[in-house]
Amino acid sequence: MRVEVDQPKCVASGQCVLIAPEVFDQDDDGFVELLTDRPEPGQYDGVKESAVVCPAAAIRLAED
Amino acid sequence: MTETLADTAAGPLEHPMPRAAGCPFDPPPALMALQTDSPISRVRIWDGTSPWLITRHDHLRTLLGDPRVSADPTRPGYPHRTAGMKASDQARQTFLTMDDPEHARLRRMVTAPFAVKKVEALRPSVQKIVDDLIDGMLAGPKPVDLVEAFALPVPSLVICELLGVPYEDHDLFQRNTKVVVRRTSTSEEVLAAQRELADYLDDLLTVKRARPADDLLSVLATERVATGEMTQRHAAETGVLLLAAGHETTANMIALGTLALLRNPDQLALLRDAEDPKTVAGAVEELLRYLNITHSGRRRVALEDIEVGGEVIRAGDGIIFANDIANRDPEAFPEPDRLDISRDARRHVAFGYGVHQCLGQPLARLELQVVYSTLYSRIPTLALATGFDQVEFKHDGIVYGVYELPVTW
Repeated sequence: MRVEVDQPKCVASGQCVLIAPEVFDQDDDGFVELLTDRPEPGQYDGVKESAVVCPAAAIRLAED
Repeated sequence: MTETLADTAAGPLEHPMPRAAGCPFDPPPALMALQTDSPISRVRIWDGTSPWLITRHDHLRTLLGDPRVSADPTRPGYPHRTAGMKASDQARQTFLTMDDPEHARLRRMVTAPFAVKKVEALRPSVQKIVDDLIDGMLAGPKPVDLVEAFALPVPSLVICELLGVPYEDHDLFQRNTKVVVRRTSTSEEVLAAQRELADYLDDLLTVKRARPADDLLSVLATERVATGEMTQRHAAETGVLLLAAGHETTANMIALGTLALLRNPDQLALLRDAEDPKTVAGAVEELLRYLNITHSGRRRVALEDIEVGGEVIRAGDGIIFANDIANRDPEAFPEPDRLDISRDARRHVAFGYGVHQCLGQPLARLELQVVYSTLYSRIPTLALATGFDQVEFKHDGIVYGVYELPVTW
C-alpha cells in the first residue's frame, strides 16, 4: 500500500494523527504530514480508517 | 420538486420538530422515519421555505464533501436556523460562512493551537481546571447545579486560556453567548450581543498588540492584523466565533452526557472503571454520536444541480444536513439507538463533515476525555437530585442540552 496526502486540502481535524500516529503527523499549523508513504501491513487498518474519516478527503491510498 | 412521502397532501414535515415525550436523547421520530421512507426530502422551516433534509450518513458525507454545496448564508435559498441567525450571518462573515478558497485562507490562520500535539500539551492544565472545580463542588453545598458549577466553567476557562481572554470577564461573554444560541432571540438581540462581544475582543486585540502573551489573540494581533492579512475587526469576529463555539458545545456535552450516563448506569460503570485511556476516548466518540447536541444540523445551499440518492437538488435549493439523524443510521452504526461506549463510533458526524468540520474538535475531545474520566471516579455516588421528568431540555436552542442539572452525591 502507498499513501498520499494532499496537504492543501487538509483542514487540520487531526483524526489521522489520533488513529495512525506512526503514519501521520501534523506540522506547526496543524496540517497533515506523512511520516511514511509505505506503511507496514499492521498499519493498514488505521490508514484506511484515517482515509475514511478525513473530512477533507485529503488522504489517498494506492495499491502497489 | 420531486414528490416524496414527506410532501404529499399534508405538505412537508416541520423542522425542527419536538422530540417524543420521555425520549429526550432521541431525535424526533417523524424525522427519523424519513431516513427509511424518504431519506432526501423537503421539510418546512420557520420562514416558510422548504429546504431539503439529508438524513442518511452516506448522503450527508457525500454532499458535505461536495464543493458544489455552499456554506455562504448570503446566497438566496440558504436555510437560516432562525431570524436572529439570519441577521447575524448576513451582518458578519467569518470562515465558518465562507467557501474555499477564502474559507481555507482564513481558517488556516487559526488552526495552529488546535493541532493534536499542542492540544495534548494542555492536558495537565485542563486536568487542573477540572480537579479544582470538582474540589469546589465537593466543598460546597449540595445539591448543586452541575451546569453552573462545572459544565460551563470547564470549557469557558479552557477557551479563555487558549484565546488569552481574562476569565474575570466571563459574565460578559457567557451572557452574550446565551443570547446568540437561543432560538427565540430576535435579530436585534443577536446583533447587539455579537456587537458587544466583538467590541470587547476588538479592545482586547489592541491590548495584545501592545503587550503580546502566549495565546491565540496575541498571535492574531501581532502576526495577522499587524501584517495586514486580517483586519482587526475580522480578527475580533473570529475570536467571537471561537469563544462562543468553545462555550456552548462542550458545556452541553458535559451536562447532557452526564445525564445520559446516569440514565445508563451500566455504561457509567464501564466508564468509571476504565483504566485504559482508549476506553475513555471511545466513550467520548460514542457520546458525541449518541447525543448530537448540534441538533439544528448543518446548513448549506446548492450552487449547481446535484443528483443524489435518486433526487435532484437544484441550484439555489437550501439543504439541511441532519447529523443527529445520520448518527442514528443503522447502515453506519448497528443498533444505533443504544448508547454503547465500547462500540467504534469514530465515523460519527457530530463535528460535521467536509472542509467546515469543527476546528476545535481536538480540544473538545481532550476536555471531554478529562471530564468523563475524572468526574465520575472522583464522585462515584453522583446522582440526579431531581426527577428525570423535571429536567428542562434546550428544545429551543441551536445547541441541545439541559438548562440545569441538579446533582447530589
